[in-house]
Amino acid sequence: MRALPTSTVHPEPVGGLSLFARWSGTKDRTSTSSARTVLGLAFALIAAPATAQTIAITGGMVAIGDGSAPAQGTVVIRDGRVTAAGPSVAVPTGATVIDATGKWVTTGIVAGFSRLGLVGVDAVDETNDTGGAKSVFSASIDVATAINPRVPAIAVSRAAGVTRALVAPDGGGTMFVGEGAVIDTGNDADAITKARAFQFVEFGETGAGRAGGSRAASQAFFRNALDEARDYARNPGGYDGRSKDSILMRRDVAALVPVMQGKLPIFIHVESGADIMQMLALKRDYPALKLVLVGVAEGWTVAGQIAAAGVPVIASALNDLPASFEQLAATQSNIGRMKAAGVQVAIGMIDDDDARQAQHSTQYAGNLVALTRVPGATGLSWADAFAAITSKPAEIAGLGDEIGSLRPGRRADVVIWSGDPLELATGVEKVWIDGVAQDLTTRQTRLRDRYLKAGEGALPKAYER
Amino acid sequence: MRAVLIVGLLLAGCATKTAAPPKSASAKPASPKWNADPFPSTYKAYPGVPTLIRNVTIYDGEGGRIENGTVLFADGKIKSVGGAMADSDVPAGASVIDGTGKWVTPGIIDIHSHLGDYPSPQVQANSDGNEATGPVRAEVWAEHSVWPQDPGFSRALANGGVTSLQILPGSANLFGGRSVVLKNVYARTMQGMKFPGAPYGLKMACGENPKRVYGSRGQMPSTRMGNIAVDRQTWAKAVEYKKKLDKASSGASDITRDIAMDTLAGVIAGDILVQNHCYRADEMAIVIDMAKEFGYKVSTFHHAVESYKIADLLKANGICSAMWSDWWGFKMESYDAINENIPLVHNAGACAIVHSDDANGIQRLNQEAAKALADGRRIGIKIADEVAWTWLSYNPAKAMGIADKTGSLKPGKMADVVLWNGNPFSVYTRPERVWIDGAMMYDANDPKRRPVSDFELGQTGEGDVK
Repeated sequence: MRALPTSTVHPEPVGGLSLFARWSGTKDRTSTSSARTVLGLAFALIAAPATAQTIAITGGMVAIGDGSAPAQGTVVIRDGRVTAAGPSVAVPTGATVIDATGKWVTTGIVAGFSRLGLVGVDAVDETNDTGGAKSVFSASIDVATAINPRVPAIAVSRAAGVTRALVAPDGGGTMFVGEGAVIDTGNDADAITKARAFQFVEFGETGAGRAGGSRAASQAFFRNALDEARDYARNPGGYDGRSKDSILMRRDVAALVPVMQGKLPIFIHVESGADIMQMLALKRDYPALKLVLVGVAEGWTVAGQIAAAGVPVIASALNDLPASFEQLAATQSNIGRMKAAGVQVAIGMIDDDDARQAQHSTQYAGNLVALTRVPGATGLSWADAFAAITSKPAEIAGLGDEIGSLRPGRRADVVIWSGDPLELATGVEKVWIDGVAQDLTTRQTRLRDRYLKAGEGALPKAYER
Repeated sequence: MRAVLIVGLLLAGCATKTAAPPKSASAKPASPKWNADPFPSTYKAYPGVPTLIRNVTIYDGEGGRIENGTVLFADGKIKSVGGAMADSDVPAGASVIDGTGKWVTPGIIDIHSHLGDYPSPQVQANSDGNEATGPVRAEVWAEHSVWPQDPGFSRALANGGVTSLQILPGSANLFGGRSVVLKNVYARTMQGMKFPGAPYGLKMACGENPKRVYGSRGQMPSTRMGNIAVDRQTWAKAVEYKKKLDKASSGASDITRDIAMDTLAGVIAGDILVQNHCYRADEMAIVIDMAKEFGYKVSTFHHAVESYKIADLLKANGICSAMWSDWWGFKMESYDAINENIPLVHNAGACAIVHSDDANGIQRLNQEAAKALADGRRIGIKIADEVAWTWLSYNPAKAMGIADKTGSLKPGKMADVVLWNGNPFSVYTRPERVWIDGAMMYDANDPKRRPVSDFELGQTGEGDVK
C-alpha cells in the first residue's frame, strides 16, 4: 500500500498499519533515546546455545517444510539441530520422548518479509526504528543494529509459531533502504541469525518518488550507484563520498560493493508487470546481481519471464485490490500462478502490518490452499503453501541449509500445534528455537489472565498477577 | 446461547427505540418545513428466482443450527428455514441446490467500513473519509463521499460474503458525521446502494486521533480532557437546539436550521445511532457517563480493544463492541489489545461484533470470528459455532437498527444469504454463491455473476478471480 497524502487523517489504520505509521509522522524522531544497543553487528550465523539433550517428538503429523506432504512420524533434535524427521525415524536410546499423537509437528514459520523487532508501537515514534528518512545515509543503514528482541511483537510472533524472520528497514530517504537481517524470535537477548543478509531497494512508485519523481530517474539513480560501487571497489581511496560529484556517501557505496559483485542478495520492491520487466532488464545489464523481487502484485502477468530469468519472489499473499496504480491486476491467485509457471516464490508481508503481524503467515498460506477449491483461481497445495512460509523464504535469504525445514542438520526450530497449522482454530502448544524450549507467555496472555473475570477483587486488578 | 438471549433482551429496548417504524433512510427529527430524507434510497432488489437449498448445514444467525436443513427463499424474502424437506413439498419452479457438505448463513454485515470513502486505488483524489477541518463536523454525511465504483465492494462480496455494510466517516474528528448503510450491490449512484429504511448513524471518536490532529495544529482539542470538553460543549448546544426544534416542529416558534445540529438532535431523539470509535476502557466509561448526562445512547463502541476490561459495564449499559480478532500494537491506545477480547465480551453477556475497518479485512470477517472463537475455547470459553455467527450478522444488524429486516434467516426477512463451499470457520472455505434480497449477485461457478466496477473495466485483471 502506498502512503497516504500527509494532509489526510486516516480512519483507523485502513489498508495496513505501516501506512498509518507513515502518515502519523514516525520519521519525525523527537528523541534519540530509542534503543541503540549494537547487537551482533558482525555476528553472522552465530551458533546459538545448544542443549546436550536429545528429544524425540513422536506420533504427530510431521510437516518438514520442504514441500513434501505431511505424514505421521517422529522428529529428533539434538544439540540444537534436527537430526532426523519423518515417518520411518527411530527414537534414539536415551532420548526424551514427547508424545505428539493427534498433533502436528513442523518446522517453525519463517516470516518472509517483515519489520519484526524494529517497532514497539508503530505510532509511538521513539519506539519505531523502521525508518530513517532524515538520515544522510542509505544503503549502509544496517537494520540488525536496531533489532530489539524484547519488543512485544517478537513474543507474540513466537507464541504463534513464527521462529525466524527476514527483516528489512523501511527507510524513506533514498531508494536504497539499507541492509536487512534474518533474526530468530527466541526469548533471549540475541536475535540476530544473520546481519547484512540482503540489501533492500525500493523501485516502482515509491522508488520513483525517492529518486526524484519518475521511474526513469530511479533507473538512473540505481545504475549510477552501481557504477559508483564499481569505482569504489577498484579504488576505495580515490572515492570521495563527501564531494558533490559523488551522490552516495562512502559508507553507502561500500555497502553496495557486495551487491554489485553478487555476493549479497538485493531485494527489490516492485509491484507492476511493467516494473517487473524493467527489473529483469536490469538483471540482464548487471548479470552478477542476486536479484530477489518483493511485493510483485502483478507478477502473474509476466510469470513466465520471471521464471525464465530465475529470479525468486517474495510476494504478498492476499492482496487483491487495485490499492495503487501499480497493483491494478492484483489477485490472490498471483502466487499460485507464479508457482505454476516455475517461479520460486515465498510469502511475505511488505507494508502489511509487517512489524507486528507475522502471526498471520499461516492464515495467509491457508487462504492460498482455499483457492484450489475456487473455480478459475489458482492456489497452492498444502505442502507448497507451507513451504512458502518456511523453506522458501529461508532459501531465498540464502539460509536454506540452516533454517526453514526439518531436514537433517537444520537448526531445531520446531513447533507442536494442536492441529493443522494453517487452520484458524489451531493453536501453538510448544516451540523450540535452536533446540531451546521457549516460553510462550506474552503481554497479551498476561492481560488476558488478569481479566478472565470482570470486576475488581479483594484488591484492585493491579495486584493480580 | 444463554448469553446471546440476554444480549438480545438488553438490546431490545434500544432496537425498538431506534429501528421503530420503517421510515425511509434518514429518520430525522420531523419538521414540517424540511425534507427529512433529501437523498432517498433508490435501491431496488434485482430479480431472483425461488431458490431452495437442501441437505445443507444452516446457521440461522440468531444462534440456531440445523443439520441437513433446508432454506427456501422467494420474492426477495426468506420463506422457510427448517429440516429436510420432502420432494413433494418443493415448490414447483424453484431452483434447487444440493448443499451437501456446504453451509448456509445470513450474509455478513460489516458495521465498520470505509469502502467508497477511502476507495481503491488509494489516491488523494479519492480520499474522502475525514473532513479534518474541525473537530466537530457533525454536518457531514459519509454518503456524500461514497464512490460507488470502489472495486473493494466486489471483493467484500465475492471473498467475504458481505451483503450489507455501514460506511462511516473517519476518526480524525470528535464528531465525524453521519454514516450510511449500504446494500453491497453496485449501482450508478450512492442512492442506488442505500439500504432502504436503515437509520443513520453518527460517527464519534475518542482518544488519540482527534487530540493529535488538532493538537498538532495548536487547536483544541490537544488532550483527552480537551476531547471531552469539546464533546460536552457540543452536546449542550445540541440539547438546546433540540428543544427549539421541538417547539418549531409543533409550530410554536421559528428556528434557523443548523445541519450539524440536525444530526445531533436526531441522536438525542433516538433516531440516529451513535457509532463511537473508542479503544480504551477508561475512555469508554467516560463516554457512557457523558451520554447519560446529555440523554443520548451509544449503540456501539468501535475497535474497543479494551472492552474485555469493562465487559460488565458494557453489558449493564446495553452497548455493543465492534472488534478485531487480533489487531494490536499499532498505536498506544491499542497496546493492550488481546486475542480473547471478542469471546470475553460475549462470555460476559455483552454484545460482540466482528468488524473490519479495512478493505482487506472485510473479505475475511468469518475468519476473524473463527480465530477469536478458537482463542476463547483455549481459555475455556465454550461458544458454539452457530452462536459465534451472531457476531457477524445479527449483532451488527441490531447495532445498526436493521435487525428487523436482515441479519438472520427468519421468514419474512430479506433473503441476504451466503452458500459457503465448506465450514465458514475454516481457512479453506470461500463463498460459493451470495444472494442479496433473493437475487444471486455472486456465483463462483459463473464469471458473469462477478461484478466488475467501472474503474476496473478495460484494465489488466478485469473480471479476473480476485
